[in-house]
Amino acid sequence: MLGKQKKSVDNLQSDLEAVVGVDFVHSGNAAKHLYSKDGSSIRGGQPGFVCLPASAEEVAACIKVAVKHDRAFVPRGAGTGLAGGAVPCDDPVVISTARMTKILEVDLDRRIAWVQPGVINLDLTRYLRGTGFHFAPDPSSQQSCTIGGNVANNSGGPHCLAYGVTSAHVAAVEVALPNGELVVLGEEQGDPFGYDLRGAFVGGEGTLGLATRIAVRLTRDPPIVQTLLLDFASVEEAAQTVSAVIAAGIVPAAMELMDQKVVQAVEPYARAGYPLDAAAVLIVELDGLLGGVSRETKKISEIARIHGTRSVRIAADKEERDRIWKGRKGAFGAIAKIKPSYYLHDTVIPRTRLAEVISGVTDIAEKHGLIVMNVFHAGDGNLHPLLVFDHREPGVMEAVYSAGEEIVRLSIEVGGVLSGEHGIGLEKRAFMPLLFSPNDLRAQRTLRDAFDPQGISNPHKVLPTGASCGDLQGLPEMPDGAWI
Amino acid sequence: MRNLEDFQKEVGASDPVCVRGGGTQWALGGLPNLGCREVLAPGGLVAFQPAEMTVTVGAGMRLTDLTTVLSEQGQEVALEGGEGATVGGLLAVGRSSMRWCRIGTARDTLLQADCVGADGEIFRAGGPTVKNVTGYDLCRLLVGSLGTLGLFGRVTLRTRPIPETTVWIGGCTDYSLVVQKCYRPATLLWDGKRVAIRLEGYYEDVEEEAAVLKSEFGLERLGEVPQLPLHRSRWNGSLPLGGFLEVFSGIVYSAIAGVPPGPPSAVLDLANRLKKGFDPAARLNPGRDPYQFL
Repeated sequence: MLGKQKKSVDNLQSDLEAVVGVDFVHSGNAAKHLYSKDGSSIRGGQPGFVCLPASAEEVAACIKVAVKHDRAFVPRGAGTGLAGGAVPCDDPVVISTARMTKILEVDLDRRIAWVQPGVINLDLTRYLRGTGFHFAPDPSSQQSCTIGGNVANNSGGPHCLAYGVTSAHVAAVEVALPNGELVVLGEEQGDPFGYDLRGAFVGGEGTLGLATRIAVRLTRDPPIVQTLLLDFASVEEAAQTVSAVIAAGIVPAAMELMDQKVVQAVEPYARAGYPLDAAAVLIVELDGLLGGVSRETKKISEIARIHGTRSVRIAADKEERDRIWKGRKGAFGAIAKIKPSYYLHDTVIPRTRLAEVISGVTDIAEKHGLIVMNVFHAGDGNLHPLLVFDHREPGVMEAVYSAGEEIVRLSIEVGGVLSGEHGIGLEKRAFMPLLFSPNDLRAQRTLRDAFDPQGISNPHKVLPTGASCGDLQGLPEMPDGAWI
Repeated sequence: MRNLEDFQKEVGASDPVCVRGGGTQWALGGLPNLGCREVLAPGGLVAFQPAEMTVTVGAGMRLTDLTTVLSEQGQEVALEGGEGATVGGLLAVGRSSMRWCRIGTARDTLLQADCVGADGEIFRAGGPTVKNVTGYDLCRLLVGSLGTLGLFGRVTLRTRPIPETTVWIGGCTDYSLVVQKCYRPATLLWDGKRVAIRLEGYYEDVEEEAAVLKSEFGLERLGEVPQLPLHRSRWNGSLPLGGFLEVFSGIVYSAIAGVPPGPPSAVLDLANRLKKGFDPAARLNPGRDPYQFL
């Protein structure tokens, strides 16, 4: 029996090598260790093999090899995901898109770019610099995350408030289905024809196949950009300002909240001139044409004053704007100065209830003896409470899990959802029944089964399965370039 | 007033049913099979939360009624329909507004849907918040499915502020030049010689763009909004007589309906697996086929 299994493994390796070449199949301990993690603090299994195809055809062939050997496969981009979506279960073949980094075609007339899935988000926008266009989804990890990963997670970002999340910017996607067939879903232009399989695929967290080519929509660069930094003596006032801006019918390009602990941690690094004594700051970005931007700036300043802002600073130039954003998007290694470990949550709540929920989150953290830091996409109600702690303290992990669960439950109670942009992955599978009935989950299962009848594409993710793969763990240290 | 549970009972768990909205696009994708029992989704406003920019309605609510409610708070939804069209019907057809590149597509409008499935049970897709990646995106799959996977009973939609002003301008010029001179027009139509552009937004911005387009290309305000022919097809490099190209979507409006391309067999296989999973007995809107219209 053992001999038979050994032979099958050897065949799997040589079959994969026949597709991508011996240099691009890894099964050593170092590779297995490296590819067993993503940006989350979840630890599951290890990959059986890691392969790095260079083309759509090679991806499809790798999947066919996995199917032939009855092995699961796990698509992987940059591994920046925060919900364990790329953490391998069942000794799978991990298929990395790290070699698929070509921008294939840019069509400015039709406002479309075809890219390979391994293209880094920010690289596309950099490539487009000077054309008057950019790729709108801007997750804070955009310097490292891939567009294929953005598609899998339906990623957001600060500027998704006005421009919509990834799904709104993907016109078509070529997919290697879990049976190894290559199909194009969606249309370059116009509404999708027939069932919107493109829309169903986006956000599938790698469980519906692997995106091999993506047609993204390009967005016009705004002629005018204005960034405001508003300073508040209480988090409640900042949150109320956010609600009031939306209620006034203004949808800024971005509206982000950072509380005092975050501001104090990032200021020495960003040197953005954030007010260190503020209980909270709001970054509000307005863009478009001069008339609208001027009027919205004035209106938001008025609303902020009514709600007690201590000052309204308007970035004078691009340099100042970039510094303000650097603090928001940039490295959070600074947070490690407070405590060595962290756990980051991601829920969405109705944006009229920000103030009460943030206060509730603070109470939850205090009750469990934890520190909570808040830095989040306030405009669309997308919370990112960051629990920081020292994992060496006895019992602290239990407190972190309990607090996390209470934060999720509080978000659902006020009419919110489990995740705004990180996805479900392994992390939140068990919470799915808080939001969905068994019948709702059955409908989702139906979608998944239609794409992947054998259940071999990224198994155990998204829907609760009862399988035990994946445990939350406190990260011993803040990884380089962590983001929120 | 009928509610979701009444609708669920009417749909039942057996026999073919077709759901009727306003009947404005009744033949699109094929008429329902003869003898198929007709059901109506409940209407009515459930909750409008202007400060959230979301609204929940019975899917049978007429768009005109919804528009009236929303406009009282200066808001609208990114749906567009003929006289009598219902919210559920427009979502089932899934055609985006002509203004989509400024206000978003029909698909991006639906946040949450309570549907009656083929088994007669209610299932919920999506979530009530404006941002959500909790589980699979069933909402986008259901929009444009002509009610063949589930029947919309109650839906939550994203609303948006009504633009302060809207202006149509037009004249003879090359549309590719115009594109570079306006930031985010809502619509850009071309009939082979002339362009017609819908500008919307803040008053002074619209005025300024209109002035630039007048001085650069001689474009003038249009006395009336262009009346588009009924049928849609896809741009293939030439315009039929009397046709208009909507430049940003590549959709051609003309008197002739476009012939939908036959999808590749692998795509069709996937679509058939979905249909079979959601509606094994093919009882939901039999005769109607989302692959039979553009």
